[in-house]
Amino acid sequence: MNEAKKLDLQRQDMPKQPPHIRRSNFKEVALGYTPALAIREAQRCLQCKKPFCMEGCPVEIDIPSFIHKIAVEDYAAAIRILKQKNCLPAICGRVCPQEEQCESKCILNRKGAPVAIGRLERFAAEWEAAQDRVEIPRAAATTGKKVAVVGSGPAGITVAGDLVLLGHEVTLFEALHEAGGVLTYGIPEFRLPKAVVRREIKYLQALGVRLVTDYVIGKIKSLDRLLEQFNAVFVGTGAGLPWFLNIPGENLNGVYSANEYLTRMNLMAGFRFPESATPVSKHKRVAVVGGGNVAMDCARTALRRGAEEVHIIYRRSRNELPARLEEVENAEEEGVIFTLLTLPLRLIGDAKGWLQEIECQQMKLGEADASGRRRPIPVAGSEFRLPMDACIIAVGNSPNPLIPKSSPDLETSDKGTIRVDEKSGKTSKVRVWAGGDIVTGAATVILAMGAGRIAARSMHEFLVREG
Amino acid sequence: MFKITERRMIVPNLQLMTLQAPEIAQVIEPGQFIIVRADPDAERLPLSVADWDRDAGTLTVIFMEVGASTRRMAAMNPGEFIPTVAGPLGKATEIENFGTVACIGGCYGIGSLLPAIRALHEKGNRVIVFMEARSRYLLYWQERLAPYCQRFFSITRDGSTGSKGHAGRVNDILREEAIQPQRFMVNGCTFLLSKASRELAHYNVPVIVSLNPIMIDGTGMCGVCRVSVDGRTQFACVDGPDFDGRLVDWDELLKRRQQYMNEEAFLVHDSGCGRSER
Repeated sequence: MNEAKKLDLQRQDMPKQPPHIRRSNFKEVALGYTPALAIREAQRCLQCKKPFCMEGCPVEIDIPSFIHKIAVEDYAAAIRILKQKNCLPAICGRVCPQEEQCESKCILNRKGAPVAIGRLERFAAEWEAAQDRVEIPRAAATTGKKVAVVGSGPAGITVAGDLVLLGHEVTLFEALHEAGGVLTYGIPEFRLPKAVVRREIKYLQALGVRLVTDYVIGKIKSLDRLLEQFNAVFVGTGAGLPWFLNIPGENLNGVYSANEYLTRMNLMAGFRFPESATPVSKHKRVAVVGGGNVAMDCARTALRRGAEEVHIIYRRSRNELPARLEEVENAEEEGVIFTLLTLPLRLIGDAKGWLQEIECQQMKLGEADASGRRRPIPVAGSEFRLPMDACIIAVGNSPNPLIPKSSPDLETSDKGTIRVDEKSGKTSKVRVWAGGDIVTGAATVILAMGAGRIAARSMHEFLVREG
Repeated sequence: MFKITERRMIVPNLQLMTLQAPEIAQVIEPGQFIIVRADPDAERLPLSVADWDRDAGTLTVIFMEVGASTRRMAAMNPGEFIPTVAGPLGKATEIENFGTVACIGGCYGIGSLLPAIRALHEKGNRVIVFMEARSRYLLYWQERLAPYCQRFFSITRDGSTGSKGHAGRVNDILREEAIQPQRFMVNGCTFLLSKASRELAHYNVPVIVSLNPIMIDGTGMCGVCRVSVDGRTQFACVDGPDFDGRLVDWDELLKRRQQYMNEEAFLVHDSGCGRSER
C-alpha cells in the first residue's frame, strides 16, 4: 500500500454462542465472521512488503494476498489463494494455534492486535462452502505413479491433496470407518463440526483421491506388500495408546483415557446416545487430568454431556497450561473449574469397581526445569480428596504401534516414533516417508500438515526422478 | 460394504454369520479377531473369528445375542451388507509343537477355538477338547472339531450329556484319564476364562485365554481394552487377545466388563417410543 495508513488496532471479535447457552449444546462455539466483520478485519492488514506472517505458517500460505482479496470482497479469489497451499482451510482456520504461528509474527502483534488471520481463513472457506459450487483445481497431467497414504488424519490428507494435484494416483487408507483421524475421532463437534471435516474429505475425493476405510495397514497388509503395489508410501498413523499416570485405581470403572472418551463422543457420536449405539455414561462430577487442548476438549465435552461439576486437575499453575489460551478461556467461561497445582495420587473406588474419589496432593512451583517451565513440587501433608464419579486422563499418548510393530526394518526411537530425515520426511526404509504424530509424538494439526507438505515435496521429487 | 453370505442360529442365542471379506480371509491367523458394525449408527463390535475360507474369501464368526448391536446383527440375512469389517486384529495365537494341549471352549468360544485346534493338530500336538455348556442343546460343531482332536469331552451343567458340572470338571477328567497337558487354551465368556484359569493353575503350565474386553477402535488407540496382566497394564487389542490366564487380574476385568450394563440394557429394552423430542 502506497499511502500511509493509520494503524487500526481494533481486532474484530469472533461472534460466539454465549457461555450459558453453549455449555449445554454440541453446536459450534465460534460462529464465524460475517462479511462485514471479515472485511473490516481484512482492511486492518498492512500488506507488508516483507510479510513476516508467512514465516509463521508451516504450509506457506500467501497470507497478505488472500487477506487483500477479502478486503476487496473477492472471496472466490481469496479461497483460491488459500487452497494453493492448504487443501483444508476450513479446518486450519478453526484449529491452528495462530497465536503462536502467523499471528505471532504479524507486525500488528507488536501493538498487541495482530490481524485475525485464522478467522479470515475460516471465513473464506465457509463462504465457499455456502456457495455450493466448490472450485476443483485442475490436477497436473497424470504421472502414472501410485502413492499409498496410510492414515487419513491431517498429515495424510495434506500429502494426499498435494500429490493428487501433482498428477499422482493417490490411495488413502484409513483403519477406522470414517476418514479424518484426530479431526474426526478427537476434536469435538463444538470446536470442529464433523460436517466440515466430511466436506474437506469429499473435496479430496473430488480431486481424485481414492479413500479406503476399515483397512488396517500393518495387519491386513504390511508396508512391504504395499510397496509391491505402490511407488511410494506415506505413513501418517498418528496417535497410539494413551498414557496413564501409573497411580493406583486407573482401571476402575469411570476412568477413561482422553482417546477413549473423545472417540466415544465424537467418532461414535456418543453424545447422541441412545440414537447412536455406543454408550457414554452420564457422570455428575468429572475430573480431567492434564492441561493441554485435549484436556480442555474433554472437560467441555463432559459439561455438555450434563455433568454438574467438571474440574481440570493440573499440577502446575495457569501460566504453564499447555492448552491454547483461547481454549482455556472458553472452558473457564463455560464453568470448568481449574483445580491447579494439584497432583492426583490415587483413584479410590467402591466395592463394585466404580470410581468414587480422587486423592490429590497440593503442589507449589519450584525452579524451571528442562522444558523451561517451573517444576511442580509436592507440598508435604497437603493431601485431600475430591469426590468424583469419572476421571478422564488426558496426559498424552504414545505413537500408534501397528506400523512400527509390523515393519521391524523401519527405524524408530525408544519412544516408538518413526525416525525421519526432518528436511524430507524420509524414513530409514526406501520409498517410505512419514510425518505427523507418528514422528513427533502428540503435537498439533498444523504441524502434522506441515510435515505432510515437506514429505509430499520430497515424494514428488522422488516420483518424477526415479519412482 | 461387506456381504453376508450366511446367517443362522446355531444353538439358541448363538448366531453364526459368514461374511465376504477376501483380503482379511487371505491373511488371518488363529486367535485374531475382527471389528464389525452392523449399520452406520452401530457400535464397533469385536468378534472372534471361528473359521475362514481363503479361496472363497469368507470369514465365519459366532456371536451371542447380548446387547443392541448383536441383536441388530442377528436380524440380518444372507445377501445383506454391513458397512464395516476391519481386521485381522490382535496377535495370532502362538502355535508350536507343545505336546499335549487341552482346549476348553464354552459358548461362542467352542467355535472360535476351531482355528487354533486345527493349527495345533497340524503342528503335531495331541489335542484334547472340552466343550462346556449349560445343557446338551447348547453344544455344537462336535463333527467339525473331531478330525483335529485325539480326545473329546462334553461338560454340561445339567448333566444332559457328558460329565455334569462346570470348568472345574476338566481337572477330574484329566486325572481320570491320566492326561498331563503341556498347555491349556480357553475361549468363551470372561467368567469361563477366569474360572478355568483358577482351576487349572496348579498344573503350572500356561493357560492361554482369549480375552474379550470392551473395545472401540481395536487398533491400539483408545485404551479401553486395558487389562492388568502380571501387574502391568496391557492392551488386549494389540498386546493380546491371548494372555496367560494365570497372570490376569480377573476381578478387575470382570468389573470392567460391567461398565455399560445399564446402557446396554436400556438399548435392548427401550423401544424409543415416547422419548422426548430433542
